[in-house]
Amino acid sequence: MAYIDPHIHMVSRTTDDYRRMAEAGCVAITEPAFWAGFDRSSPAAFADYFRQLTQVEPKRAAAYGIDHYCWLCINPKEAEDPVFAREVIALVPEFLKADNVLGIGEIGLNKNSKNEMAILEEQIELAKQHNQMILVHTPHLEDKLKGTRLTMDALKNADVDPGRVLIDHVEEHTVAEVLDRGFWAGMTLYPDSKCTPQRAVDIIECFGNERIWINSAGDWGPSDPLSVPKCHREMHRRGHGPSLAEKISLHNPIAFLSQSSAFKPPCEAARPTVSA
Amino acid sequence: MPSPTCPLDVGKTVDLYFMEHRAKLLDIAAFLDRLDRSSGGPADDVRIRALKQVIPLLIDGQGNRTQRILERLSDHTSEPIPAAHTKAAIGVDPHGDY
Ligand SMILES: [Zn+2]
Repeated sequence: MAYIDPHIHMVSRTTDDYRRMAEAGCVAITEPAFWAGFDRSSPAAFADYFRQLTQVEPKRAAAYGIDHYCWLCINPKEAEDPVFAREVIALVPEFLKADNVLGIGEIGLNKNSKNEMAILEEQIELAKQHNQMILVHTPHLEDKLKGTRLTMDALKNADVDPGRVLIDHVEEHTVAEVLDRGFWAGMTLYPDSKCTPQRAVDIIECFGNERIWINSAGDWGPSDPLSVPKCHREMHRRGHGPSLAEKISLHNPIAFLSQSSAFKPPCEAARPTVSA
Repeated sequence: MPSPTCPLDVGKTVDLYFMEHRAKLLDIAAFLDRLDRSSGGPADDVRIRALKQVIPLLIDGQGNRTQRILERLSDHTSEPIPAAHTKAAIGVDPHGDY
């Protein structure tokens, strides 16, 4: 089945991963700017990273027939130093002109600190100024509930249309509030933290299949670039027809991402749906 | 109880998932036994106190267990903290009443 992995960090993955994803049916990915596992020593390192996201990765992906899109920002883990963060934010507008950029992301909070909040608010403002969509990272573990609420409040205070924002890494204790407030929700399939494929399907069964998607968030840590098709197998194993996987991993991402003029729906998406 | 939204009937759900979760339950038991056999280091740990506090939610007869456990392990304050001194999270609220 053709599918989109709407959150994966391919700069941390091998070319073999691109091949295996293509073989599994991946037709497009979107790659948010994130923390590299260490703090960069200068804003120039981010300029290089943004070039990698806008120039290098699209070519690596294209070699396997995968469309590559990205989101740009400074991530919350490097936002505790506001002076440094603002120098990075100043670099973003120039890169927004690249034709694979969908918006600002993944912005949000990590430890829910005052400086992280200030930089989040400034990047929400940046998105508004440039009419960009937003992809939100929510904090890990015990910090997620509070950080998700603080982020949604900041977006509301800035009068951002929630239909153009995806709040990622939702779990059972945050998904209802995210959907109730009109945002899109992303579920991340991680082996140790966040959602397993089983729990992601549970959440879909409990909260419905509207305004929600799944992603691998594959990166340099414990993660699996094939977790999206593995979650489709979990749906199948439970007796859900293929239309559910297509809704979650093709039609929903296309509906959300098409709000950006940079996004071109992959041609495989036009393939007829196999009935259940 | 929630309305049935899983396409499988009860028997098939048990058939499909029982062995996997039997193994996970034994992993938790073995982990707690291993802690008993460990010596030295801190006398107790907030993570283990929290874990032991949420285990009863599994069999308290109410639904939404996952959501309730995640809520119990969450920081419930609402104001941003003055500064982030670490990037990491530990999995339970370090200031929680466990
Ligand atoms: Zn990410």
